[in-house]
Amino acid sequence: MNAHPEPAHVLGIEGLPLARIEQFLSLAAAFQKTPPPRMLTGKRLLLLFYEASTRTRTSFEVAARRLGAETVSVSAQASSIEKGESLLDTVYTLRAMAIDGIVMRHASSGAPRLVADHADVPVINAGDGMHEHPTQALLDGFTILRHRGSIAGLKVAIIGDILHSRVARSNILLLSRLGAELRLCGPRTLLPPEFAAYGKNVRLYGELEPALDGADVVMVLRIQMERMHESFFPSEAEYVSRFSVTAERLRAARPDALVMHPGPVIRGVEISAEVADSPQSVIREQVENGVLIRMAVLHTVLGAKR
Amino acid sequence: MNLILKNGRLFDPAQGLDQTGDVVVQGDRVRDLGTDIAAAGPGVLDCTGLIIAPGFIDLHVHLREPGFAYKETIASGTRAAAAGGFTAVCAMPNTNPVNDDAGGTAYLLQRARESGHARVYPIGAVTAGSEGEHLAGLGAMREAGAVAFSDDGRPVMNAQILRRALEYASMLGVPVIEHAEDLHLSAGGSMHAGAVALRLGLRGISSASEATMVARDLLLAEETGAHIHIAHVSTAASVRLLREAKTRGVRVTAEVTPHHCILCDEDATPYDTNFKMNPPLRTAADRAAVVAGLADGTLDAFATDHAPHAAHEKLQEFDRAPFGIIGLETALPLGLRLVETGQLSLARLVASLTSAPARAFGLPGGTLASGSLADLTVFDPAAAWTYDPAQGASLSRNSPFAGWKLRGKAIYTIVGGRVVYSARTPEL
Repeated sequence: MNAHPEPAHVLGIEGLPLARIEQFLSLAAAFQKTPPPRMLTGKRLLLLFYEASTRTRTSFEVAARRLGAETVSVSAQASSIEKGESLLDTVYTLRAMAIDGIVMRHASSGAPRLVADHADVPVINAGDGMHEHPTQALLDGFTILRHRGSIAGLKVAIIGDILHSRVARSNILLLSRLGAELRLCGPRTLLPPEFAAYGKNVRLYGELEPALDGADVVMVLRIQMERMHESFFPSEAEYVSRFSVTAERLRAARPDALVMHPGPVIRGVEISAEVADSPQSVIREQVENGVLIRMAVLHTVLGAKR
Repeated sequence: MNLILKNGRLFDPAQGLDQTGDVVVQGDRVRDLGTDIAAAGPGVLDCTGLIIAPGFIDLHVHLREPGFAYKETIASGTRAAAAGGFTAVCAMPNTNPVNDDAGGTAYLLQRARESGHARVYPIGAVTAGSEGEHLAGLGAMREAGAVAFSDDGRPVMNAQILRRALEYASMLGVPVIEHAEDLHLSAGGSMHAGAVALRLGLRGISSASEATMVARDLLLAEETGAHIHIAHVSTAASVRLLREAKTRGVRVTAEVTPHHCILCDEDATPYDTNFKMNPPLRTAADRAAVVAGLADGTLDAFATDHAPHAAHEKLQEFDRAPFGIIGLETALPLGLRLVETGQLSLARLVASLTSAPARAFGLPGGTLASGSLADLTVFDPAAAWTYDPAQGASLSRNSPFAGWKLRGKAIYTIVGGRVVYSARTPEL
């Protein structure tokens, strides 16, 4: 399947040209003003989800349908994948059914790269292991832009399980490229020192208050409860006491700081209900913007003539 | 049958020998070294411009038979060995079934006699099934021909079991080989824990997962007085611990692979499973430290950890693919690259492939001395070629060096006075 030049995959923020990032962001803004015509009528998009996902899969599905594309959903739980078929064999089989693009989520970092290396249609990474989740970062960047007009110079605090987070990785890469100052904060077990060199202008914090000090954006990550059993932190109570973003702690940030969360939100653990539902919270808007960003990505990648 | 190797550069670190001359082989022994020995005919090999060295001995090879013949067989693996200049390989026991009793050891030797192209020295498992719980039949395996014991592929995690294995093996006069890895520290990891793994979102295997076990193993060897051999050393910390232990007289030997001497984690093509091995490629500083350790003799042997896997097994998600790369056919040119770049002397490289491994495991060979076994490797240090695993003798292709321009190649591999490999076929 390698006879053609490589299609325009979107595998991560790393390696994505700045011009393309700006194109996605401005196209999403245009779609917000004027709903687009059904530019992808006749195209068929495969949604290949090896990990359970409601919001991302639905978001891509809605985006594809708004553009007129047909979607085919395959999840690991209900397919030959469960019977032990290899990833590439699954992709070859599905490719034979006239697919124009693949959106995939997989628990293994790099799995979309493996598929992209063997596919002659565009592959869009909808989250791979602990690696990247580029459309989430784009929708987060887009949301910040809607409110602040520019990202350069903003102080963005990212709080929580940075180590295991593909959302954090993509956001660090995107926001630091766009000129933000990144403050990463979490327990040392979930924040290895190598993260300081992960993007430009990144600093690490083991305490919440200095990380939030004067922040323009507070991005809170989900804490996976199973991590507790891996001894990354002693207990939920201790995590909450040190890292939960409460209204009181949020006072260290700018009064108009945006509060973000990629969802699903577990109120009372990584973020208090009061903060999650406050006027500063743009959590629901992130979901809405997700559809716009995914429309922009699908339109660009699938609509492009090859 | 007699064989005369004419006009080569006789190079034998065991004797401090480096001079142009001839080697006369009678039967399976070296009869004489000399100059201008008059000879002609089919038994004469012109070695002008070539180096004649003792046969290379690889302490760490996975031949995969029985159980995984689709990856490698004793025939294909030893053919690859011969093509790489190796006259003898030590075969790890993680086959199916595991070589953990005299029957398994005898089977391996029998198959090697039937289909081998190089000598095969069996390594028996330390524990039954390599499961780490009960000692395997060490004495019976030793009697059947095992030259060392190892649960390679995994460590002996239980220190008490390892201690007893060391004591028992020392009674039998052979070393225990340890795959030094703390499985709690490395759990779930698929490459070196560092900036590259973090960027790729891959779980890491820390340097400490190896070095903490090396430290433990050295203490046990010291306390028991037994001989431990540390396999595929990959970290600067391990080299430091080994150097210090050797200075104190602990009975320890160690090996390093060509890939850990040549590559580091930053060299790996992201998510290319041909760069996935255990221990993983470490940092540039670790790479420099293991090369220095090889150069000063802290690391005794240059061993390949030849680990064949079928293409479909490697063509998977990175974290799901098996660890390991093949290495028999690239070890010599990769070693010569270290010589060419001034990191290693030719004498030390050849010693690490010949006399040092022979001494470490008490194996015959390793020298050109008159009367010794006529296992010889004749190589051209300048031969330029491009490595294509598909053209190799191994059944597997999993190498990160595919497409590399290499210098140095085996021209004749001679086992017991018999030419088992020749790059100049018409002369055979």
